[in-house]
Amino acid sequence: MTKIIEPRKQSNIFKRPSSETGIWSWITTVDHKRIGIMYGYAAFFFLLVGGLEALLLRIQLASPDNNFLSAAEYNAMFTMHGTTMIFLAIMPISAAFFNYLLPLQIGARDVAFPRLNALSFWIFIFGGVFLYSTFLFGTAGAPQGGYLAEEVSRLGSAPNGGWFGYQPNAGFKYSPGTAMDYWAIGLQILGIASLVSAFNFITTILNMRTKGMRLMRMPVFTWMTFAVSFLLAFSLPIIAIALFYVTFDRQFGTTFFLTEGGGDPILWQHLFWLFGHPEVYILILPAFGIVSEVLPTFSRKPLFGYPAIVFAGFGIAFIGFGVWAHHMFASAISPVAQAGFGLSTMVIAVPTGVKIFNWLGTIWGGKLKLNTPMLFSLGFIGMFVIGGLSGVTHSIVPADTQQTDTYYVVAHFHYVLFGGAMFGIFSGLYYWFPKVWGKMYNEALGKIHFWLMIIGFNLTFGPMHWLGLQGQVRRTWVYAEETNLGFWNLIVSIGAFIIALSILVFMANWIYSRRKGPDAGFDPWDARTIEWSIPSPTPVWNFSKAPEVKSLDDFWHMKYDEDEDGRPVRKDSADALMLELEEEGLNPKEDIVLPNPSYFPIILASGLPFLGYAVIYKMLPLAIVGTLLILIGSFGWGTEPLEEEFIGDGENE
Amino acid sequence: MSDSHSYPHEPTGVETRKLGMWIFLSTEILFFGTLITTFMIFKGRDFPGIKLTDVYDIPFTSVSSFVLLMSSLTMVLAHNALESNDQEKTRVWLLATAMLGAVFLAGQIYEFTEFYHKGFELSSNIFSSTFYVLTGFHGLHVFIGVVLLLALWSIGQRQKGLSLDGGMNLEFVALYWHFVDIVWIVLFTVVYLI
Repeated sequence: MTKIIEPRKQSNIFKRPSSETGIWSWITTVDHKRIGIMYGYAAFFFLLVGGLEALLLRIQLASPDNNFLSAAEYNAMFTMHGTTMIFLAIMPISAAFFNYLLPLQIGARDVAFPRLNALSFWIFIFGGVFLYSTFLFGTAGAPQGGYLAEEVSRLGSAPNGGWFGYQPNAGFKYSPGTAMDYWAIGLQILGIASLVSAFNFITTILNMRTKGMRLMRMPVFTWMTFAVSFLLAFSLPIIAIALFYVTFDRQFGTTFFLTEGGGDPILWQHLFWLFGHPEVYILILPAFGIVSEVLPTFSRKPLFGYPAIVFAGFGIAFIGFGVWAHHMFASAISPVAQAGFGLSTMVIAVPTGVKIFNWLGTIWGGKLKLNTPMLFSLGFIGMFVIGGLSGVTHSIVPADTQQTDTYYVVAHFHYVLFGGAMFGIFSGLYYWFPKVWGKMYNEALGKIHFWLMIIGFNLTFGPMHWLGLQGQVRRTWVYAEETNLGFWNLIVSIGAFIIALSILVFMANWIYSRRKGPDAGFDPWDARTIEWSIPSPTPVWNFSKAPEVKSLDDFWHMKYDEDEDGRPVRKDSADALMLELEEEGLNPKEDIVLPNPSYFPIILASGLPFLGYAVIYKMLPLAIVGTLLILIGSFGWGTEPLEEEFIGDGENE
Repeated sequence: MSDSHSYPHEPTGVETRKLGMWIFLSTEILFFGTLITTFMIFKGRDFPGIKLTDVYDIPFTSVSSFVLLMSSLTMVLAHNALESNDQEKTRVWLLATAMLGAVFLAGQIYEFTEFYHKGFELSSNIFSSTFYVLTGFHGLHVFIGVVLLLALWSIGQRQKGLSLDGGMNLEFVALYWHFVDIVWIVLFTVVYLI
């Protein structure tokens, strides 16, 4: 019935991939929905790995003077936990949402550059594999004489200089071995992936909007994607250059961050946090976007202050570039700079506060439906406010100096990144589950997941506030019995296992509901944005014809009128309209041209880890292999058209 | 041929690839910005050892800079020729641009070896490290540009010739090339003249 035109199977260097099912169809796909799903699963896998690392840390810290992990292993675990969660879990899960939803929300058929999109994904995968191959091939020696001088196990042969890689500690002198090279080059590769997706998304949002989708009619999630893409595009180059310097210092004897040759370790901190602070907003803004979609839907009210939320998002993104030195109050920066960055840190709380009040305004007086996505969104608001407030306390320089490198800071950023970002992400996973799979998740299991997680989360990270104020220091593998820190550390560790349990519930729900869940139908939430105006699961072609958008929350206004008190009244024609939309969505009337799958993104991406190994081990053959793969990939890419020419006039019915 | 997209394209009025290129170039500014900032920070430092001013040869670099600037002119001429659909001239100017870029690269390689023999090595001190990484990063960009130009030139050899729309088009490469040239103007001023 459907009339997707069959392209000519044109051969370039390779025969064009044509399978529509099976593993090759996934490897060669350029469909934003499939790429989004793959991003999601890969990121969730790394989330589990990062979580496992956290559990090992918590077992070690559960009792005083413990020796479950050695000091070297502990260093490796906290470094890999941080690096994994930030670069391999939260960022790619956000990318999964961007990929799947962005074209749907702006009414497009795909992103602006579908093959570049596949390229980002494969670079991310190869970057992650490269980083984790340190457990197989990496070595982490230690300077003589310290605690770390012992024999290092495989578990300890991972990067161990912290996710922030402070210099000169992460330089070759204090971190000998290859592990930190894996870290520096691994992040470099992952950075390329994010950079490529950033300008893909910016171009998509600017240029792929459907008729009538003006900027100020875009859903807030799309707006936040836009802001995050700008943050990525302008902050990743900074860290890329800084990581270049690290690699040069470690491999080629330069001294960018080493005082011996005139370099400056503080420069690393500036460059790192110039990227690192915008990165914080890269992690949290997608969750802001998700919550701004979920709250109005389940409050049955429009989002309160849509323009304010949009501009606040961009305000946060902009000011986010001017607060980096608050990570460095304990470093050698001048009192004037401390005062300035203290002030800007307070200022950035203003747009964040605007958003919080807008969300509260949205649920105020609404007809709330407390199902799982809504619970996670409400949990998000609560937890994020706690984390945000403890964040503002860091703008007071003397207090911050006291808290630097204590568990108070650990508590703070887990409240914003876990209580904030992850709660938002889970909210989104439940909210769009029926869209992606066409099935409904199990509500009871979803609620169990939420309650277990919020209890486990607060048990884990709440006590860290006072542990930190009592003086427990971060990144230290052991504490003495006499410090009296044992009791609360045990509670924290128990909390961590409750979180792990809640994740198991989530996985059980996901696997069960995908197979056996009831059909979700087409608009299960009575939602507001146009991604719900097409059948679930989304057809390959998204929209059978380009939708024409007439207002903000267009889909809602198709279904509802307002009475004189401003209350929504369902139109009589709504049900008929739904049937019509579903019929039309499944049976497009016009010929549809979709970009064809391609081998070249994965070929190009596979060259990068070879180059990485070549730099670490100074092996020319590896460099040649890597360069060849990249050249073959780009040559094939450049000569292969995005869409093949067509046979006749699509007469295949 | 069916082209029944009901899809409207490009609400910004800028061709999508070109827009992507502009955004890519805006991130490039940050790449070079970070490198230049680092260079400037260290330039003022008082640290013993060999400095760029001990080894450089401004007249030589001025000439190679001039060569690179002229390549922007030939790039514009290539674009002009293509606009009036003169395939022959387009190819000639493209090749000229690539050759001028290659001459600049050769000059840079010569300069690097000269400096190296005078004892200004990558790992000598912070002045040499920042110099090589900054100008080397730019050189890599010129190299990629030359490869793109040659690729374009060889596509131009085909029957259909080049056109201004679709594929890896000339405008797309020209934007990149001009950008790399402009960056060199800044680098030459910052590194050699100030």
